[in-house]
Amino acid sequence: MSCSSEKIRELKRRAADIREDIVEMIPAGKVGHLGGSSSIADVTAALYFGKMKVFRDPKDPRRDRLIFSKGHAVLAQYACLAELGYFSKEEFKNVKTLHGLLQGHPDVSIPGIEAVTGSLGQGLSVSLGMALGCRLDDPDVRVYCVLGDGELAEGQVWEAAMAAPNFKAENLCAIIDRNGIQATDATEKIFPIRDLKAKWESFGWHVIEIDGHDMEAILDALDEAETVKGKPTMILAKTIKGKGFDFAEGTARYHNAAMTEEEYAQAKELIRKMKEGV
Amino acid sequence: MELKNCRMAYGEALKKLGEENRNVVVLEADLGNSTMSKLFGAEFPERYFQMGIAEQNMLSTAAGLAFAGKIPFVNSFAVFSTGRPYDQIRSSICIPEANVKICGSSAGLSDYGDGKTHQSIDDIAIMQVLPHMTVLSPVDAVETEKMVKAAAELAGPCYIRVNRNDIPVLTEPSEEYHIGKMSVMREGTDLVIFATGYMVYQSLEAAKILEKKGIRAKVVNVSTIKPLDAEKVRELAKGMKAVVTVEEHSVFGGLGAAIQKAMAKGPLPAELIGVEDRFGTSAENYELMLQEYGLTPEDIARRAAGLVQ
Repeated sequence: MSCSSEKIRELKRRAADIREDIVEMIPAGKVGHLGGSSSIADVTAALYFGKMKVFRDPKDPRRDRLIFSKGHAVLAQYACLAELGYFSKEEFKNVKTLHGLLQGHPDVSIPGIEAVTGSLGQGLSVSLGMALGCRLDDPDVRVYCVLGDGELAEGQVWEAAMAAPNFKAENLCAIIDRNGIQATDATEKIFPIRDLKAKWESFGWHVIEIDGHDMEAILDALDEAETVKGKPTMILAKTIKGKGFDFAEGTARYHNAAMTEEEYAQAKELIRKMKEGV
Repeated sequence: MELKNCRMAYGEALKKLGEENRNVVVLEADLGNSTMSKLFGAEFPERYFQMGIAEQNMLSTAAGLAFAGKIPFVNSFAVFSTGRPYDQIRSSICIPEANVKICGSSAGLSDYGDGKTHQSIDDIAIMQVLPHMTVLSPVDAVETEKMVKAAAELAGPCYIRVNRNDIPVLTEPSEEYHIGKMSVMREGTDLVIFATGYMVYQSLEAAKILEKKGIRAKVVNVSTIKPLDAEKVRELAKGMKAVVTVEEHSVFGGLGAAIQKAMAKGPLPAELIGVEDRFGTSAENYELMLQEYGLTPEDIARRAAGLVQ
């Protein structure tokens, strides 16, 4: 174990905060990507508050970069970026509004957002370019990229999968949010992915499989990735879509939907308990 | 008349740029021997990225390099550097205004032998429709070289359309070049021909034919298609009896459409000369290709004369 239990507790609290903020951004009646944002909340908390080099200035050249290739889960990122002080939490209520800062998908006009994603399949390539570019100036900068598992149907992902090991992009670490459910159904029903570990290994990546809700495992995997030389790392994070909100867990229904008043109240209650539990 | 190869000039310019600016990086997709980006690669291997035949990944990777402070030049044939990775250009590059330069080599019908899959008759259309994109189309090798330098100095996405063949040199190295500026290559008082790329030369030849018929044609080199100086277009068309546009591209959505939009306030009889809503084809040589598509000086002269006689 690389981290103190104190740190683990802090990160679990951060993850609960992220889920709380997500719910604030999409209260009852407002459509939003609850499922995919909460499945990746623990990994996101570990990255921003446990692993990445972050600075007061979101443009500090020494910073590590995080790109959500699954751009629809950006609500989890907004929660962290506000926490880092890049913009006010007041913005949460204006998510997806005309002239609001926080767009429906990642936009570089938002402090702390590194790339435009949302059209699926492009983020890993952008991350690769960033890793190659940063490496020319500062080999200590690391680039992290979160992909969805439904997104893996995009051919471009596999172009990037082939390219990154060819460039020995060891400063690139990707994480697949393997929640098993895409917009309308289970990934294995729509477009079966089969053996992901074997796929990425055969493409030349260092692959680590973890429970994407086990904070200690997440941190260990991110630490391990940093020690890998000569190739990029892929962390396959097994997660639950809608994690933390029992009415939304393991279903495609909350991929992009609005909670009812009852569900919203229930979500708030669940978050209260979540925080108590930490 | 001196003939010079535009893609060779492009490659040389890229190499020179690499010497002047260490932030310039180059990406290519297994066509570096054709696009001439290999000239940069031979000199700066650490800044030259062979991306394989994977253009979608190449364009998004270029965006990432731009976000890391680099000035990436992406290279392939015009069809493969624009149409294939269109959404990557749209989403990864144009929305965030990433500082990426895209070279569309072997553009238009200039790759005469390879046929419709390799001939770009739609690249101007799909590049100029994108917000934040600058669209350049050099008239000759000399302008190509200046354009590469200017593109690197420009902040934001830029597309450069490069002819494959040896074509006449119409401009002087000493002439000042600015993105957005169009130049009158021949004065005339009856009609104005706005042309781009190699079609400027064809139009100049057409003007000679027209002169024999007593029609004096003004010929304008529009080497920046976007942003188009609409006011200048209207000024150059003032007092003319007709307007003709000539391009090695579909008549839909290209230079003709851009000029027509600029002219909307004061319409004149117009001919949009270009590829008439069809794909390319294989041909033995470039000349024959241009004949097939009605892009010879004789074609231009005949259609232009039809407007004013």
